[in-house]
Amino acid sequence: MKANSLFAKISIYSACSWVFVFALLPLSMMCLLSVVTHTKPGILYYHVTGMHYHQLFQLLYLRVLFRSLLLALTCVVGCLLVAYPLALVLSTLPLYAKNTLLLLAIIPMWTSSLVRCYAMMALLKAKGLFNTLLLALGLIHQPLQILFTNTAVIIGLTYNLMPFMLLPLYSNIERLDKCLFEAARDCGASRWQILTRVLLPLTMPGILAGSVMVFLPAMTLFYIPDLLGGAKSLLLGNLIKDQFLFVGNWSLGSAIGVMLSVLMIPLLMLCWRSQRTAMLESVE
Amino acid sequence: MYPPVIEIEQLSKAYHDHPVLHDVSLKVHDGEFLTLLGPSGCGKTTLLRLISGFELPSSGAIKLHGKDIVGLPPERRHVNTVFQSYALFPHMTVFDNVAFGLECQKMAKAQIKQRVDEMLAVVKLDKHSARKPTELSGGQQQRVAIARALVNHPAVLLLDEPLSSLDYRLRKNMQIELKQLQRQLGITFIFVTHDQEEALSMSDRVVVMHEGMIAQIGTPREIYETPNSLAVAKFIGEVNVFETVVSALDANAMTLQVEGKSLHLPLDKHTGSLEISQPVHLLLRPEDLHVWDRTEVQDTSEMLPGTVEEVIYKGSTVDLIIRLHSGKKILATEFFDENDEDLAYTKGESVWLEWKSGWEVVLPRES
Repeated sequence: MKANSLFAKISIYSACSWVFVFALLPLSMMCLLSVVTHTKPGILYYHVTGMHYHQLFQLLYLRVLFRSLLLALTCVVGCLLVAYPLALVLSTLPLYAKNTLLLLAIIPMWTSSLVRCYAMMALLKAKGLFNTLLLALGLIHQPLQILFTNTAVIIGLTYNLMPFMLLPLYSNIERLDKCLFEAARDCGASRWQILTRVLLPLTMPGILAGSVMVFLPAMTLFYIPDLLGGAKSLLLGNLIKDQFLFVGNWSLGSAIGVMLSVLMIPLLMLCWRSQRTAMLESVE
Repeated sequence: MYPPVIEIEQLSKAYHDHPVLHDVSLKVHDGEFLTLLGPSGCGKTTLLRLISGFELPSSGAIKLHGKDIVGLPPERRHVNTVFQSYALFPHMTVFDNVAFGLECQKMAKAQIKQRVDEMLAVVKLDKHSARKPTELSGGQQQRVAIARALVNHPAVLLLDEPLSSLDYRLRKNMQIELKQLQRQLGITFIFVTHDQEEALSMSDRVVVMHEGMIAQIGTPREIYETPNSLAVAKFIGEVNVFETVVSALDANAMTLQVEGKSLHLPLDKHTGSLEISQPVHLLLRPEDLHVWDRTEVQDTSEMLPGTVEEVIYKGSTVDLIIRLHSGKKILATEFFDENDEDLAYTKGESVWLEWKSGWEVVLPRES
């Protein structure tokens, strides 16, 4: 009993300190940084200001924000289109095939995504595998310019983030009572009706959870636009990186970071609410 | 006699060469309450799923109103199922659950409302139409599942062990309600259960299934009183079995050797053709046995002697476990009535066992 309570104490304290050191502390530092500014060189000469947030409303930054949102949204839709059918198929397979395929979908996450990004460049470039294939098939007569366009960025983002959509969706679909689909067919529902009236509403928690998991990284994965977009398409992530590494305006960088977090709050709430409803509905 | 609503002809089903159903033929009459009864793994649920269309047969035909429906998917068969787990749509209200089938048929909104309200009134859920399934009790969920199936006016309603997750008292009530509902609506019910008591009390006819085949079809009374095989007798109710041989036989009686006694029993229409020295099973239901005190009887020539080994008081009856002289244990059930008001048996007491001749069942023994 005593050893148990010691173990419990250690676990709780280490988890709490982990959250404190790696989540709460950086977050509060970021919040603090975003509202202060240098008056003179030196650590002690700071004063509080709202000017960084005011700066955010310049047309330039709003444009970046809008483009980031659009790209991230496209990426979410792309991930959904790939992951949803995949999760559906996975859930119907026998256990062995299920686990193998799931593993195959996740293995790329264990390798550096930077390396995978370079691999994607090799695939998409003018003399890359994709264009060579299309040329050989006679579908095109000139190599397509995909690399260094928004399309390449979307492909790269979707490829990198798809597993984050797949996993919540898959676990959601796995938990559903398969009898529900039989019941729907029994009532005379067509495939389309089963999809729209039963499957989609019941997997909404998974869809939302996956979308949130994809949406935020999609706006901030700065190296993907750098490599695949040829630095033409500036994302919020690039903006933050530039403020910290090149311009040296940590306060503006922090302000953008805080704004991103604030943007996520309604999304997370939506997600939380749909999961709570689903939980209430599934209580036996 | 009306034409059968469902005709099943030589239906077989195998999974990877493992037979589950073998050569099943069955006619289901319009408006009857038919029960498929058997232990788990006997193929009863498979048969139901073949009718609903969720499984495809390996061979054979299923006809609904004379038309073969084997090629039709479940959504196009005019039958509906009540699932064991109910499978109610958790994100829809009771009303929406029941309306689902009609909406899929793109019926007009006003007509849907009318049909659903009617149906909910029939299953006494009209006050709960706006609730979600999880806000209902088990019995109410059950009724939603029945309403969702019945609102489509199916030719046949299929019920897959629908009462198995309810507690004893609720199950009893739902049995009566289901039976009343079936009478009131006149819809054919095919009901799957492994509970023999449920089968006997609700059905017009019972189909006893055993190892993928139909063992016996009959009214509950026929099934219980004149089982055609040892498997059926053992599955339905308690039964005492004696292995013996026919020692003498004439046109209307036979003699069996049981526990060292020669018993003379009448032949009736249920007894198949028997021969002298043929091995047979003598089956006796516990409640058909009379247990007499040694002092109560004079002529014991056709009674079996034994000692009371256990007395189990059950309220309306007393169950006795009696050890015969051969060592065989027999279960006897005695009722309180005007002849026997106190049923005072004590452990170790010597008794005589008797039954009304003709109430026994004699079946040929397969060697």
